[in-house]
Amino acid sequence: MSQYDLIVIGGGPAGYVGAIRAAQLGKKVACIENDRAGGTCLNWGCIPTKALLQNALMYQNMQHKAEEFGFTIEGLSYDWKKVIGRSRNVSNKLAGGIEFLFKKNKVDYIRGTGSLAGEGKVSVEDADGKTSTYEAKNILLATGCKARDLPFLHFDGEKVLGAREAMLLEEQPKEMLIIGAGAIGVEFAYFYNAFGTKVTIVEMMDNLLPVEDTEISKALEKSFKKQGINFHLSTKTTAASVTKDGVELTIESVKGGDAQTIKGDVCLVAVGVGAILPGGCEDLKLSGRGFVETNDKYETNLPGVKAAGDLIGPPWLAHVASFEAIHAVESMFDPNHKSKKVGLFPGCTYCHPEVASIGLTERACEEQGLAVKIGKFPFQASGRALAAGDSEGFVKLIFGEKYGELLGAHIIGGEATELIAEMGLAITLEATWEELENTIHAHPTLSEAIHEATSDAFGHAIHI
Amino acid sequence: MPKYIEMPKLSDTMTEGTLVKWLKKEGDTVAMDEPVAEVETDKATMEMSSFDEGTIYKIYVKEGDAVPLGTKLAMVLEEGEEAPANADAPPADSPAATPAEEPEAEEAAPAEEPSSAPTTASGDRVKASPLAKKIAQEKGVDLSGVSGSGPGGRIVKKDVVSATGGSAAKSAAPAAKTRPTPASGEDQRLPLTGMRRVIAERLLESKTTIPHFYLHIEIDAAPMMAIRKQINADAEKSGGNKFTVNDFVLKAAIKAATNVPAVNASFAGDAIIQYGDINLAVAVAVDQGLVTPVIRSAQHLSFEEVSVAMKELAEKARTKKLTPDEMQGGTMTISNLGSYGIDFFDAIISPPQSLILSIGAIVKKPVVNDRDEIVPGLRLNIGLSGDHRVVDGAVGAEYLAALRKYLEQPVLMLL
Ligand SMILES: Cc1cc2nc3c(=O)[nH]c(=O)nc-3n(C[C@H](O)[C@H](O)[C@H](O)COP(=O)(O)OP(=O)(O)OC[C@H]3O[C@@H](n4cnc5c(N)ncnc54)[C@H](O)[C@@H]3O)c2cc1C
Repeated sequence: MSQYDLIVIGGGPAGYVGAIRAAQLGKKVACIENDRAGGTCLNWGCIPTKALLQNALMYQNMQHKAEEFGFTIEGLSYDWKKVIGRSRNVSNKLAGGIEFLFKKNKVDYIRGTGSLAGEGKVSVEDADGKTSTYEAKNILLATGCKARDLPFLHFDGEKVLGAREAMLLEEQPKEMLIIGAGAIGVEFAYFYNAFGTKVTIVEMMDNLLPVEDTEISKALEKSFKKQGINFHLSTKTTAASVTKDGVELTIESVKGGDAQTIKGDVCLVAVGVGAILPGGCEDLKLSGRGFVETNDKYETNLPGVKAAGDLIGPPWLAHVASFEAIHAVESMFDPNHKSKKVGLFPGCTYCHPEVASIGLTERACEEQGLAVKIGKFPFQASGRALAAGDSEGFVKLIFGEKYGELLGAHIIGGEATELIAEMGLAITLEATWEELENTIHAHPTLSEAIHEATSDAFGHAIHI
Repeated sequence: MPKYIEMPKLSDTMTEGTLVKWLKKEGDTVAMDEPVAEVETDKATMEMSSFDEGTIYKIYVKEGDAVPLGTKLAMVLEEGEEAPANADAPPADSPAATPAEEPEAEEAAPAEEPSSAPTTASGDRVKASPLAKKIAQEKGVDLSGVSGSGPGGRIVKKDVVSATGGSAAKSAAPAAKTRPTPASGEDQRLPLTGMRRVIAERLLESKTTIPHFYLHIEIDAAPMMAIRKQINADAEKSGGNKFTVNDFVLKAAIKAATNVPAVNASFAGDAIIQYGDINLAVAVAVDQGLVTPVIRSAQHLSFEEVSVAMKELAEKARTKKLTPDEMQGGTMTISNLGSYGIDFFDAIISPPQSLILSIGAIVKKPVVNDRDEIVPGLRLNIGLSGDHRVVDGAVGAEYLAALRKYLEQPVLMLL
């Protein structure tokens, strides 16, 4: 029986990153995966959806912007199978890359389903049903999450879909219902609508992307309405029935009023995720909502077992999962490591216009009683955005009133998800408006909008 | 090509080191692996050796200066090698130094150096975030007196905010500008050494986050003293190992922990980690502080092996030769102030451990014996500080009972 310093169960952004980090520290490591290295993110999440969204944007531009740019496109059409196929190819390419990284770093990659098998032991059942047991001084659980369905609406793989099925549909649906307007629901709404599916979103909270700054959500709602996406906000789904031709939802405003029925060929349920626990976790302590409880060092209540990634609870983001795994692993092997839980992280949604944010929303500042100064700059006034023919959206920055430190950044617009990186660095370094203003931003770029929004907060923006 | 001696990484968490003392001066020859200087890290003071052999041509960093890892400390020339023209200053890629004190070091910045040269020992750059600087300015906090908790010791908001609580940080005059020659009655401001800073942080963390409780016993040390006399008298003749009182205490503490393993544990948020090995840390006082070298897997060591291991570690502590490895991973600690004439005291737990024993001096005093007579006795006071989240009173008492058994009937611990 081989003895490992660390066995990681799960090969997603938490698992593979943690395994490689431990190998870099000179440890003997194995990573167990029962599907494909790269996890949800690379195979069924971040990456394949971004490939689909790029198709949607390109198609929208060709349809609606070509003429403005002087092109005449006749007989524009698409092959749905190839649209879906491109997304799968991108995932396939990256998945091979992870296996290469395992080899390069001498991580043993074990294919099979891992279970805890007593203290310091992990058993793995391979595809043929054969079980082997391995010993490890440390175990990292990184088995991720899977989509949750509703008590009255269960996934059936055909009409009631999770995200995974929604990115594999062999035929494009004519009408799609989406329950939940978080990042996943909103991204699929944008994608299917761009290709001509009639999309209707039902969201219980008051806005699309309810965790974002309300002003940003409102701007997205305006844009989605213009694109032809329907949505019912502050609305609960109370019942559902799956018929021969599709799915029927009964919805009710949370503010009262009559119930109404809406219909679609398919329904995507994007209301959240639940932890996947490997076998042998009966004694593992879970939070009320079923996620694995961990302390600052990512230790669970089981000796020698840590956990990182989606299964320890929100935010369910790949970059957060990787950060957690690195801290879990480093603190495993270095008793002086100052590991910490994730506090500050960027959140991105890749529909068009894109939405990206980091730090506090205006609402959160109010709740915490912080005195703030807010600066905004619309991409309408950005030379680069106009040149690119994409001037929707704005930058909103929130600074502390007294010292001028950046507290939060909220961007909606063409390249919002790329622009947010600078804001993360600024908050991490505890930058104040002066550093942002004294940093020369290249002209013409979208990043000038950050510079201008900073100046606006303190009353001296030049271009608005 | 001239070679350079650089500030080495001597501990995992080290980001800068203070050059405490040069053991060589300009013109001295050095052999490979020969100690050239004493360096203080965040954990301890230790010797650093040369990786090259040759002659020390030029020393760039003064004693007392704190410099980042990789800073060029001195230039070493091989036999017969000519010094390059610019040998008087470290090459430009050397990180800037932050002077510890007396920055009257204009001499270190040579006149012929082009103006793009980095700030050498004379630059007094303080690494602080923009927000930290603003808060400090508004509140009148002198940043040179604030220790930074950010990456590379950078001062961030929370450091300044917590410093504003303490009056020490409010001193108006920059600390390092003049050599203190205080007039009578004037306060002095002594910059923290790396070791003092770590002691301050760790003990504050311990006392404020660990629910301490304390148990005390007084044991009869007479049987132990009698046995020790016999063993050492024999060792005198045979030239064997001599045993100190502390050796007896260490061995008894280890034996007792194998009987009551619950004390050899850590609180880990939502679990208790029960250690498989007893790694016994022993507090040793050194110049300007203390270090706690660790006797590893002590449960496997004989009485003599414990005694020899302790002697070696104490010697290394005194000569500053402890490696970072030898100071990490303790699972419980013993602090003995008996030789300082302390009868009895309580100690602060060293996180993440759950137990520390405080050993006083052996004192001759009247005791009442079994027959209710007052007779002279040799008594030893022992305190136990426990983390109540891990060790309950009854468990602590059970442990002390085992400790008493071994110390009062020392033959049992030799089994
Ligand atoms: C549609 C969609 C889009 C998303 N888009 C983004 C995005 O744009 N940006 C972003 O940051 N995040 C995005 N996410 C979230 C992101 O995918 C997750 O946060 C991330 O994958 C979490 O990483 P993880 O390692 O914790 O878990 P996972 O990536 O889920 O990895 C867990 C792995 O463990 C394996 N496993 C489970 N049980 C066992 C077992 N018993 N034995 C062996 N292996 C096992 C699984 O097969 C899986 O490969 C998206 C998610 C979805 C569903």
